[in-house]
Amino acid sequence: MANRRQFIKLSFMGAGVLAVSSGAYGAIKLLSSPEEVKKLKVDLIRTPTYCEVCFWKCAGWVYKTSDGKIWKIVGNDEDQHCNGRFCPRGTGGVGMYYDEDRLKTPMIRVKERGKQVFREASWDEALDLVAGKMKEISSKYGAESLALYTHGSGSTYFTNLFKAFGSSNIAEPSYAQCRGPRDEAFLATFGEEVYSPEITDIRDTKCLVLIGSHIGENMHNGQIQEMSDAIDKGVTIITVDPRFSTAAGKSRFWLPIKPSTDIALLLAWMHEIIYNDYYDKKYVEKYCSGFDKLKEHVRDFTPEWAYGITTIKPDLIRKTAKEMADASPAVIVHPGRHVTWYGDDTQRIRAIAILNALLGSWGRRGGFYRPAKYDVPSAKIPKYPDPKKTWMDAFPGKFPIASSPVSNAIIDASIPENKPGFLIRGWFINGTNLISSIPDQANTLKAIQNLDLIVSVDTMPMEITGWADVILPECTYLERYDMLRVSPHRKPAIALRMPAAEPKNNTRSGYNIARGLAVKLGLEAFFPFEKQEELLDWQLKQTGSSLEEMVRIGVKTFGREADDLYFSENENVTFSTDSGKIELYSKSFEQAGFDPLPKYVAHEEPSDGYYRLIYGRAPMHTFGRTSNNPNLTDLMHENTVWVNPKVSKVWGLLAGQYIWLKNQDGVISNFKIKVRITERIRWDSVYMVHGFGHSQKQMKRCFGKGASDTQMITKVMTDPLMGGTGMRGNFVTFVTNKSEQEVVS
Amino acid sequence: MRYAMAVDTRKCVGCSDCVVACQTENNVPIGFCRDWVVEVMDGTYPQLEMEIRSERCNHCVNAPCVRCCPTGASHFADGGIVLVERNKCIGCGACIASCPYDARYPHPSGYVDKCTFCIHRIKSGLKPACAAVCPTKCIYFGDLDDPNSDISVVLKKRKSKTLIPEAGTKPQLYFLI
Repeated sequence: MANRRQFIKLSFMGAGVLAVSSGAYGAIKLLSSPEEVKKLKVDLIRTPTYCEVCFWKCAGWVYKTSDGKIWKIVGNDEDQHCNGRFCPRGTGGVGMYYDEDRLKTPMIRVKERGKQVFREASWDEALDLVAGKMKEISSKYGAESLALYTHGSGSTYFTNLFKAFGSSNIAEPSYAQCRGPRDEAFLATFGEEVYSPEITDIRDTKCLVLIGSHIGENMHNGQIQEMSDAIDKGVTIITVDPRFSTAAGKSRFWLPIKPSTDIALLLAWMHEIIYNDYYDKKYVEKYCSGFDKLKEHVRDFTPEWAYGITTIKPDLIRKTAKEMADASPAVIVHPGRHVTWYGDDTQRIRAIAILNALLGSWGRRGGFYRPAKYDVPSAKIPKYPDPKKTWMDAFPGKFPIASSPVSNAIIDASIPENKPGFLIRGWFINGTNLISSIPDQANTLKAIQNLDLIVSVDTMPMEITGWADVILPECTYLERYDMLRVSPHRKPAIALRMPAAEPKNNTRSGYNIARGLAVKLGLEAFFPFEKQEELLDWQLKQTGSSLEEMVRIGVKTFGREADDLYFSENENVTFSTDSGKIELYSKSFEQAGFDPLPKYVAHEEPSDGYYRLIYGRAPMHTFGRTSNNPNLTDLMHENTVWVNPKVSKVWGLLAGQYIWLKNQDGVISNFKIKVRITERIRWDSVYMVHGFGHSQKQMKRCFGKGASDTQMITKVMTDPLMGGTGMRGNFVTFVTNKSEQEVVS
Repeated sequence: MRYAMAVDTRKCVGCSDCVVACQTENNVPIGFCRDWVVEVMDGTYPQLEMEIRSERCNHCVNAPCVRCCPTGASHFADGGIVLVERNKCIGCGACIASCPYDARYPHPSGYVDKCTFCIHRIKSGLKPACAAVCPTKCIYFGDLDDPNSDISVVLKKRKSKTLIPEAGTKPQLYFLI
């Protein structure tokens, strides 16, 4: 397992050390601006991009009017991520560019942290200040005392900068606050993760099982398109969700499960599939290890046992197990994406992985396909210095199977009273609003007060920028180049992002910000190309393409080297696990002191008058980062709290009434939220869309609109395996009048 | 030629992509829309049914908006598309009041605006922006007089309905159920 992890880490670093003959890029004619591109005989009205409104990164075209104004963005027909169709957020991406509340120029804090008093600064002054502080902290405490939080395309540059600087404390909230448990569970079982975009072969599936995954509300473009195609072809969708999600509305079977009991259902399904001989025997015998132990483990987990826990009737459990078996191997028990719910998430996703293995869906048509990725050569850079300490030295032995740095552990390592092995002294934050993306805000704010340096790179004045010492305004994806998109898919492909317009105001691209800092830190050698387009053109020339060609086509798709999208009949597959087999029984978990087979453990229930807080996505927004986008705000400008009619009756709540939420720890929402009375939610839970209730006044459109679920998530159920922050163990009640709210707060 | 549109309620997820794509394509000012999404729920937890519809002007054969327009600004174009000629429109709002589908809005520039089936696009052989962008491909558009058009084929194959048929407007926006 260790070897596999190292491989993952290496590929995560991106900018590798592939040697190429030096000087090869000296005499290349460069395209440095849209003006120069215009001189070429390419289509003048449109420029290629790939979307940055979410992580799906669909490739498309930015159309401009004859006076050069950005008009609309549409999908690129050749792109496998979107097939020519952007989602509402991508279509509304123009709003990110036009948003008048954008960060405009570098800012330096002048009063104490959090007072939000800044002065404008030049780039030179701002970068000098950041570089000076970084050097000071590094010389006093070591480079590893600085941590990077990052999200999105800019991650490549700031990761490169931090590794060059000598710190590997580089955390993406997309790991411990989102899909980390999924990646670890699939790595432990199949020796491979499910990637992004997920390698789910929904297009050809006959049975799609969604465990709390709300495809259609999460707007993961390719998956929605394929689900829709599958509906046309008569797919059976089975949705397990305490809420009647949009996907539930499209499902043949909706299992309105009692929240937090999913593992019991998964175990009962395993029991049914094994003890009725529904499983793919040939596949299990050939590829899997630990079947006998699994069989013994699930012996007593009958549908009747699960009924008492999940409230799902035994008949329905039996029927759906049979549906899956009938569709096998063209069945997908979807791994989900945001899966940090109850702190036993790695084990829950392990149960999902095991179920897929029993059904023989991994590596099969209609199950999970084998992705292919195009290898783009990396520029030659010096070897990174070895970091003296990593985040794991802060709390030795904690989260032993985490293969990526755990964002919340780095927060804990920034608080002296936690007595970490070494103290983190500074945060560099790129493209992630830690106030909204990480639960237990009080803990985050406590850490912030102890830091010697906070730098924030963002396009919008998100809450976290208000706590920064230096704010570095990034231009939007529509105004910059970024690295070629090389995400794995059915066919290897590359996609280009180039500026459709000059950066507005005094903003800069992430590449230019990171390189500017590198120059000031004496690390220029790690950014050998002054302009990013030079690097891109050099890379593309190595692949037999060129920037000029990519400007014309936007996306280039290549053939697969072999016809191996799925396992072939009788193929000898070696999995990247310790045993080389699909590990139904996880020896590596056992060795690390964890359950080798998933177990159901009961979780805390809401007390009288409180309801479990469930949160999710709306298709027109991405996290909290689009809440101020004028186009997307127009589609949805506030969230609502979904309340079952039985509950609203007890409380006397009216549809459309504004109330405040109060959680189990007495925290009352900063802002009021509108009540939506709907049968779509269970009576023991309430639901709200994540990403609203912004408290940053500079974002004028979204300030105070709706309530923040993150603010209500003060109780975190941490996954002991990998540090994921389980966030669904919070309970809220209703505060109906403001004076009460004022008294309590 | 008879243009029509059909929306597959079994596939529509209500994401509102059709709304924002229409807004950017047609420069619809923020705060207004030519198409919108409706969610209809039926039943009691957990016996529930949901229908999601992307709605817009029904381009009625018997359009009350055209009939009641005092200036002739509202008119039928080729293929039965109901259009508003901005220069002739005085913004009186009679058409807004007459429309059973609430498909029209007063544009801040003083005229009444609505869905045009993206006539500028269909003239170039493109689909309306909403149909072209929809990630679920739930919006079908075409000529009902052509038996091989997408819309003719899908309406033949699937059950469909129109909204408020009792208004007698002969709507040309169909919903596949």
